[in-house]
Amino acid sequence: MHLPAVPLSWYLILSAILFALGMAGFLYRKSVITVFMSIELMLNAVNLSFVSFSYELQRIDGHIYSFFVMVVAAAEAAVGLAIILTIFKNRGTLQIDEVDTLKL
Amino acid sequence: MDTVLFIVFATVAVVCAFNLVLQKHPISSALSLIGVMGSLAVLYLLLGAEFIAMAQMIVYGGAVMVLFIFVIMLLNAGAEKASGKSWFAQIAGLPLLLAFVAVMAFLIRAFLPRMAGVQFGSWVGGTAERIGQMLFTEYLLPFEVISILILVAILGAVILARREIE
Repeated sequence: MHLPAVPLSWYLILSAILFALGMAGFLYRKSVITVFMSIELMLNAVNLSFVSFSYELQRIDGHIYSFFVMVVAAAEAAVGLAIILTIFKNRGTLQIDEVDTLKL
Repeated sequence: MDTVLFIVFATVAVVCAFNLVLQKHPISSALSLIGVMGSLAVLYLLLGAEFIAMAQMIVYGGAVMVLFIFVIMLLNAGAEKASGKSWFAQIAGLPLLLAFVAVMAFLIRAFLPRMAGVQFGSWVGGTAERIGQMLFTEYLLPFEVISILILVAILGAVILARREIE
């Protein structure tokens, strides 16, 4: 049984949509934790692009890159959540608007 | 079957991503993010990336999200307060978002050469065996560098999160 195959561009457009949503969450949300989750969403979207191009080129390099992105994201999550803990300990808030010491 | 699976899981991913952005409570956003990651793992499987799909479930769906939910529970993070949103974001936000997606879709459609579609099982390159071979031959230096990165990240997290010793 052969149904029409999914065009690769659908995967890439899905990746663009997810990236745009992650960007929207990053800019729009006020809670530090949700902003951080939006960053993870953007990294995931980029990973999808890597894997689909890897499929098209029949090469495994894209998988290696997305594996590295995953590792960096995990390290980033550990450090970022530790920073969020410290912010909460020092300021008692998770609202990103209230952490504005660097603002002139 | 491929098309059906793609449409179902792509829809789940997009709906969950919308939910992530729109929910007020961090825990709802975290659960939506798990939905996105799970459906992306299925899409990776469709693309023949079985190792990446498993790593996605274990590293993202497991470790990273547990860390997120743990921190949300630990800090007892409630719904975020709607503090004065900027007028620019309210007026131009959605149109700019749609414009970005439209431009990306146009570029992908216009500049990508005609390619055969994605057929499940027509390329099964992403096995753990081949990825391991690549990691320990061609990508050996990045692999070692990234292990140092993880070590530094662990030390940084411990130092940042420790209780101050008087």
